[in-house]
Amino acid sequence: MDLELIITSFPKLLGATVITLKLLSASLFFGLILGLFFAILRLNKNKLVSGFAYGYSYVFRGTPLLVQIFIIYFGLGQIEYLRTTFLWVILKEPYWCAIIAFSLNTGAYTSEILRSAFETIKPGIIEAGRSLGLNKVFIFSKIQIPIAIKQSLPAYGNEIILMLKGTSLASTVTLMDITGVAKFIISTTFRPVEVFIIAGSIYLFITFLVHNLIKYLEKKYRYQ
Amino acid sequence: MELISFGDNGWGDELFVASLMTIAVAITAMLIGFLFALVFTPLKLSKNKFLNLIANSYTTVVRGVPELLVIYLFFFGGSSAIMYVAQIFGYYDYIEINAFITGATSIGIISGAYSTEVFRGAIQSIDKGQFEACHVLGLKKYIYFFKVIMPQMLRLAIPNLSNVWQITLKDTSLISVTGLVEIMRQSYIAAGSTRDPLFFYSFAALLYLMLTYLSMKLINRLEKNYSRGY
Repeated sequence: MDLELIITSFPKLLGATVITLKLLSASLFFGLILGLFFAILRLNKNKLVSGFAYGYSYVFRGTPLLVQIFIIYFGLGQIEYLRTTFLWVILKEPYWCAIIAFSLNTGAYTSEILRSAFETIKPGIIEAGRSLGLNKVFIFSKIQIPIAIKQSLPAYGNEIILMLKGTSLASTVTLMDITGVAKFIISTTFRPVEVFIIAGSIYLFITFLVHNLIKYLEKKYRYQ
Repeated sequence: MELISFGDNGWGDELFVASLMTIAVAITAMLIGFLFALVFTPLKLSKNKFLNLIANSYTTVVRGVPELLVIYLFFFGGSSAIMYVAQIFGYYDYIEINAFITGATSIGIISGAYSTEVFRGAIQSIDKGQFEACHVLGLKKYIYFFKVIMPQMLRLAIPNLSNVWQITLKDTSLISVTGLVEIMRQSYIAAGSTRDPLFFYSFAALLYLMLTYLSMKLINRLEKNYSRGY
């Protein structure tokens, strides 16, 4: 055990935590929007619309995240047309490519979580809203969404932790997040155990915080 | 189409072999995971607080740390750890473990943590009366476990194990960072030499989709077989 290495590399890894958290929060934000959008499409009665949403979630849940990042980062740059549009400003940055890939990936999982949450809402509750003369948008935003959020909190907490681990793949497209810095230190010092302990504890600490936050929210939103 | 043809001009045969490699790594990792689960599930269920602590820290740490970090630990630290052990036994030569073993072991340890949780959940949701009935009937430990608890546990565990299999299968793509030529690595090589990354990575995605689709079909059949009578 090399204590000096632990002390010197701790601040470096802590600095990299900022990038990890940025990636995590950005992709969770966009992923939640995508997830809600596709969950609503899934519940549509039109077979074509719900089939499209199903296809989206099937493809993104059935392939590894690494492939998705590589397609977006290495693959899309190959299309000549894209290089001429404004999208290229975003797509040439590994940072944004990673966020796009993560958002699409977590969006697929989130849409499944939200869909099952919407499906568990008892039809009686919606019927009660309708018989009170509330309109569709009001029922959706004030009745269905709050119940769905409550239902999906535990599963969504797991998804946040999975996404946190997913952000480590950003290191494969040259981003220096916790894993990226850890790999750099390991490959220069050949001290994998020490670096693993620090980097691992940072990840575990974030996991711990997320876990407790979800627990707190679950308590807060429990039926009275 | 020429790019994925078999033979010297295309990458079809290489990608086919790489797919077999992915399947081989995934199955090996899953089996290693079962071995770990076999050790840690009893520890999790035991009444001894210390044994509980060991099993809980295994599952918490492995499930809370990115897979890539675990792979780096084994990739960079694996051979020096083995050499350290070998030196205790008086063997001083350089030992190199191959990428397959490193990869399958690291993915196996991750998959084992998930399997442990699945088995623990399955055993805990078996009706208590079943355990008591075994005691009352005075069944031998061996019969008690293999003929009564195991079949019921498998029925409950298989749907969740299929999730673990999917995770494991997708995690194998991460082994490509160690240089083992599986689907991801082969696509990387092909993309590099043909300068057509879009095609090859999309094709890799298609291969993974095919693997997950086929394995789901197989598992559904298994699930039906084990839930006879329910």
